[in-house]
Amino acid sequence: MKKRAWLTLEDGTVFEGESFGADGELIGEVVFTTSMTGFQETLTDSNYIGQIVVQTFPLAGCPGTNSHDDLSDYGGAAGLVAREYSEIASNFRCEETIDEFMKKRGIIGLCGIDTRKLTRILRSKGTINGIISGTEPAQEVTAETLSKLKTYSPDITLISGTETVTHEAENAKYNVALLDYGHRKSIVTLFNKLGCNVTVIPFTETINPADYDGIILSNGAGNPAECADEIEAVKALVAAKIPLFGIGLGHQLLALANGGTTAKPGHGHRGANIPVIDLGAESGRTFITAQNHGYVVMSIPESVGKITHINANDKTCEAISYKNIPALSVQFVPSEEGGVNSTAYLAEKFIELMQSVKN
Amino acid sequence: MPLRKDIKKVLVIGSGPIVIGQAAEFDYAGTQACRALKAEGLEVVLVNSNPATIMTDKNMADIIYIEPLTLDSIKKIIKIEKPDSLLSTLGGQTGLTLSMQLAKSGFLDEQGVKLLGAKVDTIDKAEDRQIFKDTMAAIGEPCIPSAVVETVEDAVEVAGRLGYPVVVRPAFTLGGSGGGIAADEEALRIIADNGLRLSPITQVLIEKGISGWKEIEFECIRDSKGNVITVCSMENVDPVGVHTGDSIVIAPCVTLADKEFQMLRTASLNIVNALGIEGGCNVQLALNPNSFEYAVIEVNPRVSRSSALASKATGYPIAKVATRIAIGYSLDEIPNEITGTTYACFEPALDYVVIKFPRFAFDKFVYAKKALGTQMKATGEVMSIGVSFEEAMMKAVRGIELGMDTMTKPAFEKLTDGEVKAKLSDIDCDRIFCIFEALKRGVSTEEICSITAFDKWFIEKLRNLCSMEQELAKGLTAEKYLQAKKYGYLDRTIERISGQKLSDKNIEKKHCVYKLVDTCAAEFRALTPYFYGVGGDEENEALEFIEANNKGKKKVIVFGSGPIRIGQGIEFDYCSVHCVWALKEMGYEAIIVNNNPETVSTDFDTGDRLYFDPLTPEDIDNLMNTEKPWGVVVQFGGQTAIKLTKHMQEIGANILGTPADSIDAAEDRERFDALLEKCGIPRPEGMTVYTTEEALNAAQKLGYPVLLRPSYVLGGQNMIIAHCDSDVSEYMDIITATKLDNPVLIDKYLTGVEVEVDAICDGEDFLIPGIMEHIERAGVHSGDSISVYPAQTLTERIKKVIISYTEKLAKELKVIGLVNIQYVVHNHQVYVIEVNPRSSRTVPYISKVTGVQMVDIATKIMLGQTLKQQGLPAGLFPEGEYIAVKVPVFSFEKLHDVDTQLGPEMKSTGETLGIAKTFKEALYKGLVAAGFKMKKANGNSGVLFSVRNSDKPEVIELAGRFEKLGFDIYATSGTASLLNHNMIPANFVYRINDGKEPNIISLIESGKIDYVVSTSEAGRNPALDSVKIRRKSVERGVACLTSIDTANALADCLESGMTIDDMEMVDITKI
Repeated sequence: MKKRAWLTLEDGTVFEGESFGADGELIGEVVFTTSMTGFQETLTDSNYIGQIVVQTFPLAGCPGTNSHDDLSDYGGAAGLVAREYSEIASNFRCEETIDEFMKKRGIIGLCGIDTRKLTRILRSKGTINGIISGTEPAQEVTAETLSKLKTYSPDITLISGTETVTHEAENAKYNVALLDYGHRKSIVTLFNKLGCNVTVIPFTETINPADYDGIILSNGAGNPAECADEIEAVKALVAAKIPLFGIGLGHQLLALANGGTTAKPGHGHRGANIPVIDLGAESGRTFITAQNHGYVVMSIPESVGKITHINANDKTCEAISYKNIPALSVQFVPSEEGGVNSTAYLAEKFIELMQSVKN
Repeated sequence: MPLRKDIKKVLVIGSGPIVIGQAAEFDYAGTQACRALKAEGLEVVLVNSNPATIMTDKNMADIIYIEPLTLDSIKKIIKIEKPDSLLSTLGGQTGLTLSMQLAKSGFLDEQGVKLLGAKVDTIDKAEDRQIFKDTMAAIGEPCIPSAVVETVEDAVEVAGRLGYPVVVRPAFTLGGSGGGIAADEEALRIIADNGLRLSPITQVLIEKGISGWKEIEFECIRDSKGNVITVCSMENVDPVGVHTGDSIVIAPCVTLADKEFQMLRTASLNIVNALGIEGGCNVQLALNPNSFEYAVIEVNPRVSRSSALASKATGYPIAKVATRIAIGYSLDEIPNEITGTTYACFEPALDYVVIKFPRFAFDKFVYAKKALGTQMKATGEVMSIGVSFEEAMMKAVRGIELGMDTMTKPAFEKLTDGEVKAKLSDIDCDRIFCIFEALKRGVSTEEICSITAFDKWFIEKLRNLCSMEQELAKGLTAEKYLQAKKYGYLDRTIERISGQKLSDKNIEKKHCVYKLVDTCAAEFRALTPYFYGVGGDEENEALEFIEANNKGKKKVIVFGSGPIRIGQGIEFDYCSVHCVWALKEMGYEAIIVNNNPETVSTDFDTGDRLYFDPLTPEDIDNLMNTEKPWGVVVQFGGQTAIKLTKHMQEIGANILGTPADSIDAAEDRERFDALLEKCGIPRPEGMTVYTTEEALNAAQKLGYPVLLRPSYVLGGQNMIIAHCDSDVSEYMDIITATKLDNPVLIDKYLTGVEVEVDAICDGEDFLIPGIMEHIERAGVHSGDSISVYPAQTLTERIKKVIISYTEKLAKELKVIGLVNIQYVVHNHQVYVIEVNPRSSRTVPYISKVTGVQMVDIATKIMLGQTLKQQGLPAGLFPEGEYIAVKVPVFSFEKLHDVDTQLGPEMKSTGETLGIAKTFKEALYKGLVAAGFKMKKANGNSGVLFSVRNSDKPEVIELAGRFEKLGFDIYATSGTASLLNHNMIPANFVYRINDGKEPNIISLIESGKIDYVVSTSEAGRNPALDSVKIRRKSVERGVACLTSIDTANALADCLESGMTIDDMEMVDITKI
């Protein structure tokens, strides 16, 4: 007999389902992803830290999990809501079922609910807060619960390792620092491949720009506007005129450090199918990207930077090229995947930038 | 890039008759293409030989030719119409191959016609085995180790190198025709020889066998800017080794981890890019389940069956988008019609799973091999949508209409555990049911996986269904009921398995709710009315939609025709779609329910709402509960829809048109006899029987030959002509084994001219658009006969009798709408054979050649507009100046061991139409369109005769005609001596069993024979000599005529000495 569990949203909607993964109660922002693969990746994507992720695809975890595919070392979603999770794992590399994996990592799961109804609520109301609980809510959700949910503000403390670690590339031509706000491991892999030694430095440390050819500001979770200290730190790097490459949260912090603004529009962008238009004349192409973020850069002063990529659906900013400083930034993590849809070329642009500064 | 300015007039080539491997999906694709072109203000010229299609409808294109899809006729049409462009990628392999031939020969350049949709080098890169391999090597994509060969000896040499088993894949054939898996040299020699012969360029690929790998497909679209997306990923439940058209397919892929998924997606996108595709493209890949090793299987650089499935599975209109790309647009300029706010340059997200389940014809072809391999055998398919695998699977299995509503195949229940386990190794169409039976017998998942190579996940999902049923069998509870509903079980099934009624247990019935297919998993608000049912307590989006879009119109549900099978093809989709259009025109809200992804009816913009669900009574009850329609239409969806009549009447639905009681009166033997007696219309004497004994007595009384068939049939299923007691016994044994509830009808079999009439009746007046006459005498199923409109040999008196009988029957049956009546003229007297108060197979073609839009008129009649009010005449519609000949098309090369002899059981999968001012020209066109090469005698040409005794008197004249045409005549002993006695020089040939040369088989193999006339020993048993002759003809591509009448018709054409060049190409919009 499976344990019953409930998801209560701040608008008072209650979904009754069954518990899986770890036991317990969890308050968090409820967000949805339309990805149809990558269940383990969702659970280990640091951008999801503190959030309850609703998977719109009904089946979760068919291939199980393994010890190689974590997106980051810092964990990811705090909770997962899916219609159904796979009790078995079927894949040549699988080591655990999704249930076992979540139990081990303390990720709370809820299944057996109408996820489409939930998604439609999230679509129209934007990202709202919710609570997963093993205790049945009263007929009328209590005012206390609702006010708790309404006033809940995600307190996402940035995460990073405590030590500085260098990942060396074969035939390295550049030394790059990765300022870590909770980075995805694929960034290191990508830049290693592009001939960069990547030194991952916790965001709490101060970087000496002179030691590196360029600095990557990593992705991470949370509201960039609340990261006052980090913005100040980025301003110092900007002043040093060292090549900078912002990714995700790093892209937002870079914008804020340069007089830009950020906002949290609607329900965010979470999925593997997000079209991004490269406005550059040489390309004019649309790339299909995987994204996971709630905040976007709303503006950047024209004198400072130029928006080079926009989201094809809602036209929000996806990448910026800076005018007076050797910097560029991108909202999503550049990926080698997808063949001609690969966005690794954005990372290559950063390499070019470092090269031109070197020259 | 916007619409190209240099395109004004586009020629679209359709895919021709429905054959296995190329079915209705190209009507759907072609229709979308034509509509997209017209929407741009372009002039569209269409050529397709298939009259049953929507795309050949007058409002689909500006100029429409129903002409043979041959180089001769298309060249002629290009010269007449002078289009500036040719769209090559929407007409299946047929359209693509023709376009390539026209382009490569320089004809298109000569005529100033641009090739749209695919460049010649793109097609070569994708379709020429060697160039493809080289292209893949250049971009580092692995292919399966293989070599292209052009001789059997080379094939053997290559296979020796690769190691057996090897797969043989012929180049440029439909649905992998002529291919197969060879386990050893002996098998290879046979398969390679056959494959080389079927390949138009005599080329086959010998490939290392990788059975057991996962088969994954990506449906991609690329534009000229280089934007490229994957619309949908699909995973074959059957591992590599079974043609994807015959596999159970699930979308999206479910058993891949993100790493493998991204690896294969990347490969697909790179391939599509390397080929320079501009439009849709299907990439098939094989993945080693135990590593990251993968290989590209093949690429289809065009809209395909898989793309139709992907379109319906995601809501993304691939054919329309591909067409717009072909005329210049890029993906980022094409709006996503579903959301209205986003663009076509994105990858759809699904929040459900889709299962495609193939439909085979093995229920008809009892003796055909059910084994599946690289050559496609399925005639059609259903698609089902569910929020779980279990739900989608349950919908699929009841949707294929094989009388099953669970995964339990009754025949397997009788097997021993050992037999079930042994059967797991058979790679055939029943394997999934065998796995289910094995699960019920307690066979472990590991063991099933090791035998079948199915992924464990699928087996465990089936096990969930198995456990559910075992739980239900222990007794029904509210909780189990809810779980079973979520798994997609019908109440009826739940009650049967549990042996308890819902009411006994005070369980409240749960209707399913409806969710939207919106390409984006609810991320954006969607505008499209495309729904599927979900079991359980959930939000009903359809209700919300209905309320929000309520325009105060009356709602009518039109029932579609389900999966395409022999006897129920695309023509019923044509009828359903026309009904929907007419309803909309009349100001009603038209709602369509169907589960066939290949069709126009399941396009989200055909009806006001589309429900993609099975057509069982309970599924319809659910829909009725949500929609609460004013009326329902059962007339147009073939047997699938008509079967619902009784149920709809029981639940008190407003059945528009002919009342349910009339349908019963036409089907119930006793009531029908009484009705005929009342009208004074004769029919061949007959009776109704239930047992073998009754059948034998009845046959004795009537006198042989007799015709046997179960009541309530379509396509002459299980119908035979019995000449003796043993025929009757064998037949009754088969019928009683399948436990049909309905009685068997046994009739005196009368030979004569068969005549068919489709009529429209409003209760007062009736209109006969045309009288059709069959070339073959009664006894050949009407769907397999060559049918001529208007009738050529009937006297005015006979026509009058037919008109009068039709009137009496239509009125007496209170037909409101369409009725189809078949007559036989025997000894100058007209007998009624069959009356079907519904639409028929011939409706589309008669509508097109007479200009009488039968379905539209019938629909309006159902809504209360009489023929008079519609300004239509009564009686027989005046005959036009054109003669139309419908010629059946078979898929015998795909179905081994099926006797090609025609009889009362329908075997054709499709049809072509020849239209001309004279009968002979029309017949010639029809035959050419159907694939007859119309070979003339060239000094070394022969015709082989092998006929039954009753045909011998007629064979003399027939053979004489071929002899005069310059053919050498060959025949077996009896026929040869008969011919020689009648001064027709005939060469004597040995029978197979004589053990001497030349025998009939070696003669056919020698290549000397151009035509075979074989009418002897109709039999289902493939061991018969006559069946072997006919099969050998199919294998060698020799035209084989199984009726003297067809052979005479062919002789007529050959004698006329005509060619297509001499004939007028007819634009049917100007008839």
